[in-house]
Amino acid sequence: MYTQALNNAPETGERQVEDAARMESFQARIDAEERIEPNDWMPAAYRKTLTRQISQHAHSEIVGMLPEGNWITRAPSLRRKAALLAKVQDECGHGLYLYAAAETLGTSREELVDQLLTGKAKYSSIFNYPTLTWADMGAIGWLVDGAAIMNQIPLCRCSYGPYSRAMIRVCKEESFHQRQGYENMVTLSKGNEAQKEMAQDALNRWWWPCLMMFGPPDAASQHSDQSTRWKIKRFSNDELRQKFVDATVPQAQYLGLTLPDPDLKFNEETGHWEYGVIDWEEFKQVIAGNGPCNRDRLAARNKAHAEGAWVREAALAFAEKRRARKAAA
Amino acid sequence: MKDIFPIWEVFIRSRNGLAHKHVGSLHAADATLALQAARDIYTRRGEGLSIWVVPSSAITASDPADKDMMFEPTASKIYRHPTFYEVPDEVGHM
Repeated sequence: MYTQALNNAPETGERQVEDAARMESFQARIDAEERIEPNDWMPAAYRKTLTRQISQHAHSEIVGMLPEGNWITRAPSLRRKAALLAKVQDECGHGLYLYAAAETLGTSREELVDQLLTGKAKYSSIFNYPTLTWADMGAIGWLVDGAAIMNQIPLCRCSYGPYSRAMIRVCKEESFHQRQGYENMVTLSKGNEAQKEMAQDALNRWWWPCLMMFGPPDAASQHSDQSTRWKIKRFSNDELRQKFVDATVPQAQYLGLTLPDPDLKFNEETGHWEYGVIDWEEFKQVIAGNGPCNRDRLAARNKAHAEGAWVREAALAFAEKRRARKAAA
Repeated sequence: MKDIFPIWEVFIRSRNGLAHKHVGSLHAADATLALQAARDIYTRRGEGLSIWVVPSSAITASDPADKDMMFEPTASKIYRHPTFYEVPDEVGHM
């Protein structure tokens, strides 16, 4: 990837030598577990990779508010409603911490938001699935947030300082999300037949998309090698996926629900749960914009942004008026 | 996009007696809105008793390239630390 960066900015031979030396000392800092800070020298490809990853992460938090926002007004009790509202508010906060971290790499907030609204940027595939019943609020908290936590805990040690600090805050707050989801599932699975069925149906629909959240299998992943060397990524997609499956199977058993995978079996030798084949074609389609809700999600974000324009304009006009008055006084 | 809000740095004092600590940044049209946004974004779980917001543009930072010149001299002055000095065991804790 570094050669690519050199190609983008053709320099003299002298400069290349200097960059090679800088690259080496940069890698040495990473190997020594030092954190890279915004004003430090960094390879162009490191900056680009992180800007992409952190902004995609931020977009995911923001779009992630939509599937759950769908059920706030229909929560079955005030307790559930307050919890769901707090969770969605947290997700907004997480999006904002992450945008701030991405901006330290030199891309403005406006550009980042624009990339989301125009569909140029990607966000997590999971948020392109619909939330059809109340049980989906349980399944999302338990499984989607559970998978997100598996992904995010190693990011607390990411080599880029602002990202790792944002992730520490996010992870601290995220554990309530998973617990409230699981509690929801416990209540439904101990309820009447219809409630139990609703919980099982939600699990059936969310299980496979959750396994896809960890990204393509290691053999097919484009970004992993360089990201591992730069300590942006600490575990491979398949390693994290396996951790998630191992942690989740006993939780499903406790609920008395069945994971929708006939091939799921425990391997006594390795101590791991082996799962069936993931439908990567579905994953590809959802990423490419053809999931069940891609168009809805983007339309909702664009509508919210357009309808908020007058508020932003008014706030700026008011600030400007006060500044002018102060200057005149 | 024409609606560009300036960036503010947010500092929070967690308990009485501790100093304000930098927690992150945000975008807001003016100081009042920056304080409100800081409250929503950075204190949802009782993290603080006081907030400062400072326009990012008002901060002057040291250059990472000057790190050695700025901070190396402290490393060679170990006599500034109490462990540099020997106190006889008989005297006990000092």
